[in-house]
Amino acid sequence: MTDNKELNSPGYEIPDDLAHAVSITTIDRLYNWGRRSSVWPLMFGLACCAIEMIAAQASRYDLARFGMEVMRPSPRQSDLMIVAGTVTKKMVPSIVRLYNQMPEPKYVMAMGACASGGGPFKEGYNVVAGVDKFIPVDVYVPGCPPTPQALIAGLIKLQEKIDKQSIRKVRWYRKGADTVQIPVPVLGPDIMDPRRYDEIKRLASRAVPAGEKPAEAVEATSSPAEEA
Amino acid sequence: MATLVHTETLDLAARFPGAVTADTRPGYSGWIVNKENLVEVATTLRDEFGFDLLSHVTGVDYFPDKMEVVYNAYRTTGGPGIFFKVQVPRVDPIEVPSVTPIWPGAEFQEREIFDLYGIKFTNHPDLRRILMWEGFDGHPLRKDWHEPFYEEDNKPFKSRWPDGKFLSAEDKNPYKDNLRFPQGFDPEKITFDGEAALYGALAKYQTTDKNGLKTDHVIVNMGPQHPSTHGVFRAAVVLDGETVIGLKPVMGYLHRNHEKIGERNTFLQNMPFTDRLDYFNSMSNNWGYSLAVEKLMGVKPPERAEYLRVIMAELSRIQNHLILIGMLLNDLGTFFTPALYAFEERELILDIFEATSGTRMMCNYHRFGGVARDLPAGVFEKIRDLVEDRIPRKADEFDRFLTENEVLVSRMKGVKVINGEDAINYSITGPVLRAAGIPYDVRRAQPYGIYDRFDFDVALRHNGDLYDNYLIRLDEIRQSVRILQQALKQMPEGPVMTGKPQYQVRVPAGESYGRIEAPKGELGFYIISTGKPNPWRYHVRAPSFINITALEKMCVGQKIADFVAILGVIDIVLGELDR
Ligand code: SF4
Repeated sequence: MTDNKELNSPGYEIPDDLAHAVSITTIDRLYNWGRRSSVWPLMFGLACCAIEMIAAQASRYDLARFGMEVMRPSPRQSDLMIVAGTVTKKMVPSIVRLYNQMPEPKYVMAMGACASGGGPFKEGYNVVAGVDKFIPVDVYVPGCPPTPQALIAGLIKLQEKIDKQSIRKVRWYRKGADTVQIPVPVLGPDIMDPRRYDEIKRLASRAVPAGEKPAEAVEATSSPAEEA
Repeated sequence: MATLVHTETLDLAARFPGAVTADTRPGYSGWIVNKENLVEVATTLRDEFGFDLLSHVTGVDYFPDKMEVVYNAYRTTGGPGIFFKVQVPRVDPIEVPSVTPIWPGAEFQEREIFDLYGIKFTNHPDLRRILMWEGFDGHPLRKDWHEPFYEEDNKPFKSRWPDGKFLSAEDKNPYKDNLRFPQGFDPEKITFDGEAALYGALAKYQTTDKNGLKTDHVIVNMGPQHPSTHGVFRAAVVLDGETVIGLKPVMGYLHRNHEKIGERNTFLQNMPFTDRLDYFNSMSNNWGYSLAVEKLMGVKPPERAEYLRVIMAELSRIQNHLILIGMLLNDLGTFFTPALYAFEERELILDIFEATSGTRMMCNYHRFGGVARDLPAGVFEKIRDLVEDRIPRKADEFDRFLTENEVLVSRMKGVKVINGEDAINYSITGPVLRAAGIPYDVRRAQPYGIYDRFDFDVALRHNGDLYDNYLIRLDEIRQSVRILQQALKQMPEGPVMTGKPQYQVRVPAGESYGRIEAPKGELGFYIISTGKPNPWRYHVRAPSFINITALEKMCVGQKIADFVAILGVIDIVLGELDR
């Protein structure tokens, strides 16, 4: 074992002759150290950003230095979903399903402008303005595309986040944690989040304000004040 | 066919009196064909006049009175193409006869027009939505269809900070999100099944044996999340044992509404969007678009800019093909090690892009009438070192490791992708077409830029199998190196931009099609300008999208494992396929 300063808890004297053989630490640190050093990302590319994600895996940037080189195509074996690219309405049911299939502990990183908030394509009719509208995101990495360095910086942020967690409090050791599922969105006339059915129904039933343009333009042009 | 009439002198109106008239709108060219005579005219064009390659089909919405379907056909022997159009009144149901029976390459494009414009193609074999899902509300490319985040017809939009208060797109939408629903819609009452149409299209593959027993085949859905599909592509494959007997590609998982956004943008605003089409090759995408707009504007880039364009485009081609070979081996089962070899040189090429344009992938380098920046100090030498030394060495290295490799040869040789005749019928362009023995390369067939000055061969292979498709990439890398060597020697000093750089360009009214030989095939941009700051129509002829039309034809009868490899050599990239 290395002389791991992060791991060894201060406060306990370790005799010099045992310093290289014995570590005294807390269970939290050991637990987090193990997890943060082998985050397996889901091999999951959506668009342009995915190419930079692959570049980050390749020899020059070498994610293996962080224990993250094992990309798993199956969600069942991965810890981290890097949402690398534009999330479209047509794709989002699959993304939510993949997220549900990942076992705990699981993390989500929104890589790039598109996954974080829609990016250059935000106004598009088939584009979801940020994956966090559907699944919880742990780290956002800005950029279009983020350079491999930026991605690595994001991964280090994720490691910091992991370091702060405590085995006594993490949600996945609570009862029934793995049964929490995010409802899979449904493709109707537009993408429909089952959590918002009531709201959609209510808003869609509103009468067309007098003097407004045809039904299609109404939704887009009615002002926020009206809605409130 | 020895005596082909020149495109310029071909008089379709005289050949089909009453059925065809010349398109005389200012800035337009080509012919307007009566809807009833379309099939007859198209057949004649192909069989009699030799326009065997249907380059692209697209729709245009001339709101409020008519819709137009634009066809553009070329000869694989080279030379300019011919435009012909069908105009129909803009009242539903809008119907136009399908040309898929004549050019099977139109199949997906007609589906796209149906999806985005709502034009029905009679006699089409499988008319379903293609980019959006079944059940989506409306036809988004129609001019009177507004997306949920609609603000104004054209950019630049008014201030997002009226009276100093911040306004986000969400604020303007009642759902506070990118959503729109028909009035009175109730989500719980939704009954249709979006996948039903897809599986319906696959059901024809059911077989009944002589005793009347039905045999069900296995349907395997590959993708949209699958390591072999190179992105969010999906194919529903019908299998009999291990053999593919039917296949339907399903796409649209990365449909980012490029064309709708493009028609709101100003001309220059579209340049960075073209980067994100084929995100491996932003340098060549830029070129296709600037060609189209420059044609309308009538500007010509200065000499040095022309050379810079060639240099960047060919470097881009090299890294594209390197990655292709690396990823192909991935698909064949050598997990990631060869891809790492390919990424080595790619990084060096990206360094050059980064130094020149400021970013690794999304270069946004071209401007109308030139390029954005000259090479910074030291980059010329770097390019020279790459071209003279590292890239040829890399090509030789791949050659040495792979070409004679027994496992690879036995896995790839004789696995047919497509033959030449079918490739033309299916509008396939690029390396896949040339690997099938058709020497068609836009750089030669209709040279653009300064490609007529360089001495290079159109890479050609004849068997059209996986192995040839691999070899042709190596050939093309070597040809690109040849072009680069000449370009570096000849490049003059001088300005890189004609006139002053402008945010707002004046583009005269008319239509224009600019096409280049992108690494994946013919990349074209069809632009219609009305003289306003924004294009009225902005269509991308994406090689990935059109080359995939023949996927079913290529894969039927092959093993499922070969499907993965075939998809690999077609070289799709989803940003361009779905746009
Ligand atoms: S953020 Fe930029 S690079 Fe990334 S997927 Fe979106 S458009 Fe592509």
